[in-house]
Amino acid sequence: MSAAVAIDARLIKRFAAAAGSPQFELNFHLQASSGVTALLGPSGAGKTLTLNCLAGFVRPDEGRILVQDELFCDVARKVHVPPERRRCGYIFQEETLFPHMTVGENLRFAVDSARTRSKVLRRRYAQELLEGFELAELGGRRPHELSGGQRQRAVIARALAAEPRILLLDEPTRGLDHRLRQSFYEILRRAKERLAAPIVMVTHDAEECFELADFVYLMDGGRCLQSGPLEQVFNRPLTVDLARSLGLFSLLPCQIVTLDPGRNVSRLRALEQELDGPYLPAHLKGDRGWLCVRRSELRLAAPGDRNARNMLRMRPQRVVKSTKGVRVEFADQFAVELGEAEYAEWRGSRELTVLVPPGAVSFLSK
Amino acid sequence: MPPVLGLLASDVDLFPLWLSLRVAALATAMTVVAGLAIAYLLSHKQFPGRNLVDAFFTLPLVLPPTVLGYFLLVLLSRHSALGGLWERVTGGPLVFTWQAAVLAAFVHSAPLFIKAARAALEEVNYRYEWAARSLGASEWITFFRITLPLAARSLLALGSLCFARSLGDFGVTIMLAGDIPDRTQTLSVAIYDAVESGNGALARVLVLIVSALALSVLWLANHWIAGRATRQAS
Repeated sequence: MSAAVAIDARLIKRFAAAAGSPQFELNFHLQASSGVTALLGPSGAGKTLTLNCLAGFVRPDEGRILVQDELFCDVARKVHVPPERRRCGYIFQEETLFPHMTVGENLRFAVDSARTRSKVLRRRYAQELLEGFELAELGGRRPHELSGGQRQRAVIARALAAEPRILLLDEPTRGLDHRLRQSFYEILRRAKERLAAPIVMVTHDAEECFELADFVYLMDGGRCLQSGPLEQVFNRPLTVDLARSLGLFSLLPCQIVTLDPGRNVSRLRALEQELDGPYLPAHLKGDRGWLCVRRSELRLAAPGDRNARNMLRMRPQRVVKSTKGVRVEFADQFAVELGEAEYAEWRGSRELTVLVPPGAVSFLSK
Repeated sequence: MPPVLGLLASDVDLFPLWLSLRVAALATAMTVVAGLAIAYLLSHKQFPGRNLVDAFFTLPLVLPPTVLGYFLLVLLSRHSALGGLWERVTGGPLVFTWQAAVLAAFVHSAPLFIKAARAALEEVNYRYEWAARSLGASEWITFFRITLPLAARSLLALGSLCFARSLGDFGVTIMLAGDIPDRTQTLSVAIYDAVESGNGALARVLVLIVSALALSVLWLANHWIAGRATRQAS
């Protein structure tokens, strides 16, 4: 991570096996700078547990949490700053606007509790936030009287009212429809501009990372499997399992046929056809593995297209509707995503030609 | 005029009624304050021996009132440490006084309150409390401004149930406060006394009073609980 590190947390937390749940250990080193850091992984990966440790609701068994040069927790030195003194704005999976207070009272509760401003300025700041998040007319309403979008705005406004040092988001769009999700992303982008503090977001949705994240940690089983800037992680997953779990890649078993360091290229054989790829350092000719390409990089071409290079001829097995149009699925786990209009040209074909850009090809050996 | 109403209109000694109301009110106040603190500890804090503490406060619910009364009698008699301390501070013994009746009613009703208040506090979604803490509110403020208002209806209903239960205590009260007319004789004890002495008409009047009072309080409790259920459903 190149920018100045705002959060440096080494966390170890163990849970003994209990009825219905196996033993679990979180062993994770998180470093985050300003911007949005996403913790991406399946349920039970330890993502929410990490947020709870950062916020102070769970004490790690070992480790240390440093946020903007302030020590939140150091197990060895028996330091544990209580949650209310950490000032972590925490947005939970479930909506937590206090139901017995109006929206205005929710915000005033936050500014009063944070005590970051004098009494005179607190009310003014709460009012500013109500206006900034288009809630001024709704300040007197209870949460159940608001629409889904209004509630989201109120939740974020309340978190910002406490002027947090870090903002923690735990699957904030879970259960929201597409329209509300988009509106949430927009509100959060605005909040990001307002807030200089780093944001740590838990999600199990890779698409959500594209909307918001600058830096990504891929987690599973309490450990970090890969981390890096968004583009790096999503262009070059380290393992086949990671590529599969992200759900963004097409994979095919393949073998290295040629390695040419002079021209910086390789040649791979898959489905008895050959393709160009980038040079693969630390691999040998004859190595077997998986060809991995982002689905969005793949295109279809006419079978007789003479200009088409680096292509695979494949039989489509299934066509399913997707959010981006259609997903044409082939053998193994190979699929192409394209718009419905684009697919209309190839509808009904028994064999399709898939163009594979050489620069988009990765070779995964494990 | 029916004989019961006639008796009511004449010279029924209403001291047991007023004493019972006073005892029940004080015992309920003590129960709510102490019971809330204990229920909060049991519902929100992890500490060694928590289950033992829980069992200790549940015990009065299952022990026969006479056994409970006997324990208290031994614990608070003039020769005991606690009884001696009370006597040094107030100048008189605790047992066989109206204050002892308050303590008896408290011991009789507090376990019920603690058990149910713990459940009511646990029912409040902990994420509201976490949200408040993460906004900077102390545990104290979170309790008074978030947890308590969200559990208020259940706790009010519980408070009224405890009042009704305090009003009806007999076993512990007679063991600890005795049956001294115009001093420690509560309604339940007065009913027992009236039946024992063959004064059936007086017993019927007092029974009617206790039943009407208990019914009103229970109706109030149901009203609060029903209001809460309606709010949750909406």
